Amino acid sequence: MKVAVTRRYVFPAAHVLCRDDLSPAENERIYGKCSNPNGHGHDYGVEITLSGPIDPKSGSVVDPAWLDAQVRRRVLDRFGHRLLNDDPAFAERVPTAENIVRVVEEELEKALAEHPDPPRLARVRVHETRRNTFETGDS
Amino acid sequence: MSGRPVRMTRAIEFSASLRYRDPELGPEENARAFGPRARHHGHNYRLEVTVAGEPDPRTGMVMDLVELKEILHAEIMTRFDHKDLVEDTPYFEKRLPTPENLALVIRQVLLEALPPGLLARVRLQPSEDHWVEVSEEDPARDHWVGASADEAHS
Repeated sequence: MKVAVTRRYVFPAAHVLCRDDLSPAENERIYGKCSNPNGHGHDYGVEITLSGPIDPKSGSVVDPAWLDAQVRRRVLDRFGHRLLNDDPAFAERVPTAENIVRVVEEELEKALAEHPDPPRLARVRVHETRRNTFETGDS
Repeated sequence: MSGRPVRMTRAIEFSASLRYRDPELGPEENARAFGPRARHHGHNYRLEVTVAGEPDPRTGMVMDLVELKEILHAEIMTRFDHKDLVEDTPYFEKRLPTPENLALVIRQVLLEALPPGLLARVRLQPSEDHWVEVSEEDPARDHWVGASADEAHS
């Protein structure tokens, strides 16, 4: 038996999919309408799934307030209402939803490293639109 | 011919009230420990129950969906819908009615009510933005993983 807890968050952000080392025409060819240099944006939905034993005292895998505070500080306040390309996390990588998954994963691993009794980061899922979803970890 | 297991999921929704209370703490300490959850409140819980197995070659079904619906009504709706989890059920005298603990209770109830070996997963969602999944071991997948490891050694 495995117990996994998921919480879902939303942050609105802008991005431009382009690589500085490519010409506008090449960026247009690779990234299509997402390469619009003036930017575009999404309400990104982020689902964090943690698994592990249920603490008998709290009855929980993780304190939701702890997780909310970590996600708020490390993801929502940092990336919400921003142009993702301006963040150092995306200095060396294009702010695709795939790379947002990676950045969120890295931030959550940092948060869990500070937790005295950390659960396992089982999955990170990012909804870019209602039709496009990206994830890493358990299926 | 048998293949990988087929999963079937049925969803129900029930509404229940609850409050978090540690019997060893006084009212003020409980309020401090659990905040708004120490107050009487309620949720519309969505419950998804997944059964998995080889479809019966005669009926083509993993399990009769009508039977599953009846079990969910008899075992879950009558126990929890429009009830108080703490006052009206025997499960939360010694543990908090967290989503995790309620999911474990539901899992145990369903393990006893369903035909053996069919329950694969319980997914309990107290709100749009929070859910708990309790997954059973997957003998077919574990077998497959073991088989591929054996192949790697041969």
